Amino acid sequence: MHARPLSLTMGGIALLLVSLSFAISIGAVQIPLGTVWSVFLNKLSPGLIDQTWSQGREAIIWEIRFPRALLAMMVGAGLAMVGASLQAVTRNPLADPHLLGISSGGAFGAILALLHTGLFIGLLTVPLLAFLGALGATGLVLGVSRFANAMTADRLVLAGVAVSFIIMAGANVLIFLGDPRAHHVVVFWMLGGLGLAQWSQLVYPLVVLIMCSVWLLLRAENLNAMTIGDETASTLGIPVARFRLSVFVAGALITGVMVAFSGIIGFVGLMIPHIARMLVGGDYRRVLPASALIGAVFLLWADMAARTVMAPEDMPIGIVTGLVGGIFFVWLLARRKVA
Amino acid sequence: MTAASLSVQDLSWSPGRGGEPLLHSTSFDLAAGRVLGIVGPNGAGKTTLLRMLYRYYRPATGTVHIDGEDIWTLPARSVAQRVAAVLQEQPSDFALTIGEIVALGRAPHRRGFTGTTGAHDKEMIDRALGLLNLHGLADRHLGTLSGGERQRVLVARALAQEPRLLILDEPTNHLDIRHQLEVLDLIRNLPLTIVTSLHDLNLAADLCDDVLLLNSGHTVGFGTPSQVLSETAVSNAFLVEARRERLTPSESDHLTFHLQNKGQQL
Repeated sequence: MHARPLSLTMGGIALLLVSLSFAISIGAVQIPLGTVWSVFLNKLSPGLIDQTWSQGREAIIWEIRFPRALLAMMVGAGLAMVGASLQAVTRNPLADPHLLGISSGGAFGAILALLHTGLFIGLLTVPLLAFLGALGATGLVLGVSRFANAMTADRLVLAGVAVSFIIMAGANVLIFLGDPRAHHVVVFWMLGGLGLAQWSQLVYPLVVLIMCSVWLLLRAENLNAMTIGDETASTLGIPVARFRLSVFVAGALITGVMVAFSGIIGFVGLMIPHIARMLVGGDYRRVLPASALIGAVFLLWADMAARTVMAPEDMPIGIVTGLVGGIFFVWLLARRKVA
Repeated sequence: MTAASLSVQDLSWSPGRGGEPLLHSTSFDLAAGRVLGIVGPNGAGKTTLLRMLYRYYRPATGTVHIDGEDIWTLPARSVAQRVAAVLQEQPSDFALTIGEIVALGRAPHRRGFTGTTGAHDKEMIDRALGLLNLHGLADRHLGTLSGGERQRVLVARALAQEPRLLILDEPTNHLDIRHQLEVLDLIRNLPLTIVTSLHDLNLAADLCDDVLLLNSGHTVGFGTPSQVLSETAVSNAFLVEARRERLTPSESDHLTFHLQNKGQQL
């Protein structure tokens, strides 16, 4: 029934490239698609195409929109794969990177840097503290689950929710104590945005994303087994508790680095894996790559919407994903079949 | 398929540190190819015992040997190549097809991480699907099947694992009579060593070569059904009055159960 994986893959990649082209072309300054790819090709091999465009346009394409679109793809792909993996190891079709409490941990770190510590190591201070906050939150979830003897799937989810509430309370204290004039920068981290993307920093999410997704893909069959049940997975030779924790940590690494550069972008991890399963079935060897691809495409378009709806103002992308995700959730509920 | 011998020595388990044991010292030997039924009232320790046999619970004391090898000195994967289990866990519907679920049984036998399916894997999956009459359902999703069909899927998944010891937890629960008979018929004819918990004592007596009767975590008896399932032992374990009666015209024994002290003032 999923007999045409090759054409589906080719179609997906074509869709991704088309979306990428549009994402770079559309904005406050409309740029023809031809110019987008000419600039790209000229960057790859200078002098390949005669320059017929202004330096200003080249700067918009190459310095602003390309890194922004690439960050969108990485964040979308990463969050979708994390969501898919967490859904398997918690056997909870509503699992999402937020459940780990890591998104709130990341926001906590970012708020701490923005309102209290100052940029003591330059521009990387905020992403670094956000990342450390995300990892700290994950550590806390794992600690709490061990302390409360909550290593089973559902109790681990509850531990994540509990930690998430506590960290959010802490983050709100930081906002309350901070300088009210700086609140608008905090809003950026709470609602998400891709506007900070720069070539020099893209390597961090890229490296983490590649390492963690390869690790997850190699364990696709274990993820399949986890959807049947802990005990059955254990009789297939999988060290269930340890595997679940490892997936949490991999998910925390991906989410942490994405939150560090783009703030909290909700619902991608929850929604995209369901769409992926509808298209390619439930086998994680297909669900993971399909989620990554659909997630990347989705976030490109969500960012386009965020940039154009209130142009020239950038709307926080979290508003777009929250709106689409919420409506999707209602539709899923009405369909009464959680795929 | 080949059968393995099972040897259980001084096995006990308690939850957490220093908790009251749910299963007290239990020992028995099961020869290769025999069918063992584990019976007893609710909370007797049947599931606890099974969980130690399929290496989910680590015993507080004692050992489990399969073909002479201690399952806790072997890696989990090696045990998974020998022991498969059909449990009461209900898989959540994550859009896996029946074929994909049965294929999971091959996981412990695969080399490397990539999970490529070899010719032998395909053959075993095909055979398991055939044995349980599931070929027509291979592309369906679990959520669309009836309870009996789901149970057959879980048995097929376990058989695809090529186990030498098959463990079943209440395999006839929630099945209608026809499907109960089918599953039991299959169990009887598998050339494997089988350990199964069962609620129905008459079914156990009919199906099993050996029976282990548990009560409050203690072994009440181990042996052939006629030895273990005496009127007194069953009456004491289940707090009922059990009577062995003779069925006509089949001329077979059948246990009937009655509440004790009926009519007495409380």
